[in-house]
Amino acid sequence: MSATPPTGVTVKDFKSDQQVKWCPGCGDHSILTQLQKVLAANGADRDRTVFVSGIGCSSRFPYYMETYGFHGIHGRAPAVATGVKCANPELDVWVVTGDGDALSIGGNHFLHTLRRNVGLKVVLFNNRIYGLTKGQYSPTSEFGTRTRSSPQGSIDHPMHPISVAIGAEVTFVARAIDTDVQHLQYVLKRASEHRGTAFVEVYQNCQVFNPGAFGFATDRTAKADNVLYLEHGQPLIFGKNREKGIRLNGDLLEVVPVDKVPRDDLIIHDERNPDPSMAFRLARMHYPDFPEPMGVFLAQQKPVYEDLLMEQIHAARAKSGPGQLAALFAAGETWTVE
Amino acid sequence: MSTATSEKTQPGRPAPAREIDRAAVRFAGDSGDGMQLVGSQFTATSAIVGNDIATFPDYPAEIRAPLGTLAGVSGFQVNFSSHHIHTPGDRVDALIAMNPAALKANLGDLVEGGVLIVNSDEFDESNLQRAQYQTNPLEDGSLSRYQLYKIPITQQTLAAVKETGLGPRDASRCKNFYALGLAYWLYDRPLEPTRRWINSKFAKVAAVARANTLALEAGYALGETTEIFTTRYRVKPAKLAPGTYRNLTGNQATALGLITAAQLAGKPLFYGSYPITPASDILHELALHKSFDVRVFQAEDEIAAMCAVVGAAFAGAIACTGTSGPGMALKQEAIGLAVMTELPCVIVDVQRGGPSTGLPTKTEQSDLWQAVLGRNGDCPLPVLAAQSPADCFAAAIEAVRVAVKYMTPVILLTDGYIANGSEPWRVPAVRELAPIPVHHATDPATFQPYLRDANGARPWAVPGTPGLRHRIGGLEKADGAGNVCYVPENHQRMTHLRAEKVARVVQDVPAQEVFGDAEGDLLVVSWGGTFGAVRTAIEQAREKGQNVSHAHLRWLNPMPANLGAVLRRFRRVLVCELNMGQLRQLLRGAYLVDAQGLNKVQGRPFMVSEICDRIDQLLGGAA
Ligand code: SF4
Repeated sequence: MSATPPTGVTVKDFKSDQQVKWCPGCGDHSILTQLQKVLAANGADRDRTVFVSGIGCSSRFPYYMETYGFHGIHGRAPAVATGVKCANPELDVWVVTGDGDALSIGGNHFLHTLRRNVGLKVVLFNNRIYGLTKGQYSPTSEFGTRTRSSPQGSIDHPMHPISVAIGAEVTFVARAIDTDVQHLQYVLKRASEHRGTAFVEVYQNCQVFNPGAFGFATDRTAKADNVLYLEHGQPLIFGKNREKGIRLNGDLLEVVPVDKVPRDDLIIHDERNPDPSMAFRLARMHYPDFPEPMGVFLAQQKPVYEDLLMEQIHAARAKSGPGQLAALFAAGETWTVE
Repeated sequence: MSTATSEKTQPGRPAPAREIDRAAVRFAGDSGDGMQLVGSQFTATSAIVGNDIATFPDYPAEIRAPLGTLAGVSGFQVNFSSHHIHTPGDRVDALIAMNPAALKANLGDLVEGGVLIVNSDEFDESNLQRAQYQTNPLEDGSLSRYQLYKIPITQQTLAAVKETGLGPRDASRCKNFYALGLAYWLYDRPLEPTRRWINSKFAKVAAVARANTLALEAGYALGETTEIFTTRYRVKPAKLAPGTYRNLTGNQATALGLITAAQLAGKPLFYGSYPITPASDILHELALHKSFDVRVFQAEDEIAAMCAVVGAAFAGAIACTGTSGPGMALKQEAIGLAVMTELPCVIVDVQRGGPSTGLPTKTEQSDLWQAVLGRNGDCPLPVLAAQSPADCFAAAIEAVRVAVKYMTPVILLTDGYIANGSEPWRVPAVRELAPIPVHHATDPATFQPYLRDANGARPWAVPGTPGLRHRIGGLEKADGAGNVCYVPENHQRMTHLRAEKVARVVQDVPAQEVFGDAEGDLLVVSWGGTFGAVRTAIEQAREKGQNVSHAHLRWLNPMPANLGAVLRRFRRVLVCELNMGQLRQLLRGAYLVDAQGLNKVQGRPFMVSEICDRIDQLLGGAA
């Protein structure tokens, strides 16, 4: 716990002295490492960085980061982090959460934090299962998932974090997968640079309770056909030989062979589109009907909550000067008793 | 209007002015009739002429219940006096009823022979029916015990404001000011403060300002020029302590107290809150004062409000929230987090009738247990309660002071009665207010997150401080180092340390004072907003010669160090509270005292007479 200059930091500087206790083979390890690399590469000031989490396997994250950290209560990390950011907008505040934490018990806070556009980076580790409570289906589990609490198969329909986030007016939303470390770093770096709420969904393998949930996207032979990397200004193309593309047919997306359609038919990805409709369509692309998009779906500029909060305070002060208690006390009708 | 002290005729005035010590007036009408507004005006004017005042606004939970029904009746009671008073009065000396429902709902509180002014225009067939009157009370002789004045207030108002050209709908909306003018005449109060208020309030709509002023003046003129009224009354200024005064509601006082505390600590004030009756006015008031670096966060729910408070406290703000019963229940988990992470913050619970949604606009003291005992685990925290509207100011500052000194969440209990009620507040000189010292940890060489100072408090190390990076949270912490720790002995030790720290707050709790004799037959114990009614009852009982004393508790946890000794000096102990006996249970548990209870849960404050009756009962009638 000694003071260090903000620059010249290495990955090691972001590792706390606490032993990492996730299961071997858990995707969380990779996310931790990639985020430490991104922060080191950014030259982030550890003393001005705060990690806030809720409850769940992912939420142990702050203990492993040599930054300030707050391990909160189930589902409430976005609310705690909002308080941190309002109290000190200068801090770089990250929220680490999971599918159960963010979308089930904390659903309300998740929605409202995104809509306000508070300057937080929210990283959701989606493993489609409850890990820490030992294997119950989560709000992102596939319909029919057999778990300890759904031995005959889950009868809940899953929700999709990116669809939800876009519905909640998020200004930055992206997806990555734990095993594709270069791309994960890219997405986390983009999130770190966004002003306002940056939301990143990471497909994360729970080795113990839901292993291989994202096999379609990690399997060496299949992934090229099942994953599509979004690039701003580029057409939506995927496949082993980049032979397939996505176009709009009427209202619906469809997969087409790129050599059979005019190049102009393919959708050109525009992450800055002020209209989130296309981003929402992309968020609806699910395996096995479609390749699942990875990368930045949306990156918009909108006024940021803590800026607006402080602007109102500065405006009040500009108008009447910093508050004076004597004037506050004597405001309104007063009378004097001799 | 007891105690007439003089009676003299004013030259040029039709009615003699009778000097009285005090009077209580209630304005009652439909919730859309503007009764709260004219009640507040009458209060402000009475304060300005120097009376001591206490008010009791009583309004329905529905914003606009069906017109003319009992459910929609809204009332505002003001007690004004030439001497010091503690309550808005058990009964009223004058009732202004704007419709049959208002009459029906309030008549029971009017003293025999009291002044009863009714708006006779509203006593038509359909309104009588809505108020469930079989016959017209203005004509069936049932009101013969009162000084009844049937005044066609609506018609008179329409005639008075005709020149402004307002349509009949807008014009008739001025009738509350007509009634106010009449009340001003009856109690010999000046119109000027209300004229000023109207002009500033309706500065942008000149016609409305003019119409309201005309209605006000016409009401006053009715008393002045006709001989309808046989008497008018005069209440001389009270002998308050010298100083500048201002009328404050409890919620306003709480808001000012929180701002002041943050200023005294030299920190921003973060207020995270979710709208809830009757606490929302704190949020509204704070939102007006951003120049004091007040950071108001209207959260998505009660839970988020409390969690944001915890986050803001972690990051170094004076962090507070306000709520009421059901919201308090929702906040408990996050309050537990603040206890575990030992972060300073203040939770204001403006209590209302419960359980569940209960009686949102009515008062109660039934959150004491959830304040002191709520939350999972052994989870103690300091709890104090304000005793009157103006006292909320000092109580809020005290709460912040203790929170920061001991690094703990503090619960401040107020209630709907003192939150909405008002009384004169002596404006303090800023230099009278002691700074709130804040010590942030800065030295990496000696820093440990859960190292304790002499008060048992851990260091407040805020993110952004070079070299003090640390991680805290809801999991049990190792004593000192603060890392997650499941060692059995450590949990026991930490549980003790948390409890000892809160117990140590007793250093800042003044010794319990007793009003009256220090020992005797009966000690009446109260806490929070019932102070006024209980103290008035004790004063009256002692005047009658009864051997009874009063101990009013400000701190509910920890309780004053000498409280056990105080209780044991009396043969009997009576605990008066607006719940089923929550403080009584705590006192019995802590001091093994066989305390009796006077418990009322009607959504209304105690009447002084109810307490006097119980004292008589316990002491076997007047001594
Ligand atoms: S239970 Fe699953 S998510 Fe949790 S640490 Fe183990 S592998 Fe990771």
